This record gives sequence, C-alpha cells and structure tokens, in this order.
Amino acid sequence: MDSDINFAQNIQINMISASKLQAMSTMDKIRLILDDVTNGRIVILERGLDPREEAQLIEHTMLKIRDTAFYGIEIQSYDRDNRPSPWNILRKNSGNRVTVIGPANRLKTLKKEKDFISAVIS
Amino acid sequence: MWGRVFRKKASRIGIYGPPNAGKTTLANKILMDFTGETIGAVSSIPHETRRVRRREDVHIKGDGYSVTLDIVDTPGLATKIDFHDFMAFGLSEEDAKRRAKEATEGVIEAIKWMDNLDGVLLVMDSTEDPYTQVNVTVIGNMEARRLPMLIVANKTDLPEASSDRIKGAFPQHTVVPISALNGKNMDLLYETIASRFG
Repeated sequence: MDSDINFAQNIQINMISASKLQAMSTMDKIRLILDDVTNGRIVILERGLDPREEAQLIEHTMLKIRDTAFYGIEIQSYDRDNRPSPWNILRKNSGNRVTVIGPANRLKTLKKEKDFISAVIS
Repeated sequence: MWGRVFRKKASRIGIYGPPNAGKTTLANKILMDFTGETIGAVSSIPHETRRVRRREDVHIKGDGYSVTLDIVDTPGLATKIDFHDFMAFGLSEEDAKRRAKEATEGVIEAIKWMDNLDGVLLVMDSTEDPYTQVNVTVIGNMEARRLPMLIVANKTDLPEASSDRIKGAFPQHTVVPISALNGKNMDLLYETIASRFG
C-alpha cells in the first residue's frame, strides 16, 4: 500500500484516565509523567494537573535537566475554566482540562489558541 | 510614632514570566523611577537572571496614589532548557552548560517563591504567543492562592506587538500594555499597581 506517511519510528502514547489520576498522589503523578517522558513517550492526561501540581512538575523537570541529559518537557493544555458558577462549585470542578506532555525534543507545539492546539510529534 | 506602629507592611510582589519577557528591564525601570538604582543586568541571551533578587520598601507614588512594595525579580520560568540554545548565542559549550544548570536552579527558586508573595506582576512579551504553559501555570497558581495579579503586556514599542492578543487570551485579568524599555505607559502601570496591591 502506498502512503506518504513515514512510519519509520514508533512513538508510544500513554493515556491516563481521570479516575486513575484521581487515585494518585501528586508525587506519583509527577513520577509517572517524568518516567514516561524521559523514555520518549507522550502522555495524555484525561484531566490535567492542578496549578500547584503543574508548578511541582516544572520543579522536578528542572531537577531532571540539571542532573541528567534531558532537555525538558513540552506541556500543553487549554486555559482553565475558573469562572465561579454554582455548577462548578457543586461539581467541585477544578477546571483542569485534557493535557498533553512529551519530551521537548519530540513534541513541538505548532499553534495554540484558546480552544485549539496543534502539535507535531517527531 | 503611632503612624510607624500601625504602618501597613509593604506588599511583597513577585515579577514572573517566561525568559526574555523583560522582567528585569521592568524591575530596573520601577527601581530607577523611585530609588535611582537598578536590580540586575539584562541580556538578549535567555536566562540572564538566574537568581531571585529582592529590593525592599520601594515607595511608588504619583498623583493621588501611593504604595510600598518589596519587589522580587525572579528568573524566567520554563519547562525546557537546552544548553545548545545558549551556544547559538556564541557561548562556549562549558559556559552554555553552566548557564543551563544555573537556569534550572533559578526556575526552582522562582517556583518556591510563589508561596511567599502577596501578589504577582506577570510579564508577557506582547510580540509572542500568550498561550504558553508558563503563563497558564502562573495564573493558575495565583488564582488557586487567591492572590492579586496584574498582567503586564511588555514590549509595546515593537511593531509586531499586540497587547489585544493578551487581553483576548486572559479576559478575566487586568492587562496593562507598556514598554519597560522606553517607559511608555508606566504611569498607568504604577497607578494600577497601587490600586491592586495597595
């Protein structure tokens, strides 16, 4: 079959469900993400990290860069919907939205707007 | 005496943002305007500021407003640091690796400081895409801590600048367009700082 798509290298994508994330501690989430990403995998979180967890992920990413031959992560998610509404309060909605994380040398964001993210995996 | 006893303590304000957004240029401009001093060197090479720098009791005052701030100038936040990027600016491999290592430590220090602030000036480069993870993370952390924040749309002196793009991206926050380099709109920024952090 002819194809213009180059399948020369397989890239593993791990999708983590919201229920699995909910059962994990912050450090377990960060360890899981960085283990996958440093091994060249792309991680998709059904429900992303909360802001403090994101800050901790950046902190631990910096430790990995400092101590190993790792250049960091590309992380993309939509802006949070933090509008205070009764519905969000009742649902205890954290505003976290689907998040894609990958190694900075493999995942490149082409374009990001409020409700649209375009990225390429190489 | 009573004035001194009951004097409101200075608000500790962190200047945050991605590398090369103009954070130290802004900190220098504020300090030059009100103390006659600067806080740090600036450079076109990213991650020039790699340690947090503080200046206490900076009195910002103008026509009808006044506020006292402790200003915390932080290293640029990033999710990736590649020493090869510094070599593209002419640094040797050894210097580039050292700069990268110091930059990672600077990012960690900047993140830790988020727990010790009363508010944030989030500086964005008006010529760049505002939807970066760094911006989203800083905004999220300030909202989670319920701390006041101002977005400073810097570099409006550049022809490709668009502060409207930043306003459109974060409509729930106050955005003040300025040029820290040439001082454009600084009076409006000082007035907004006084009303927000005073």
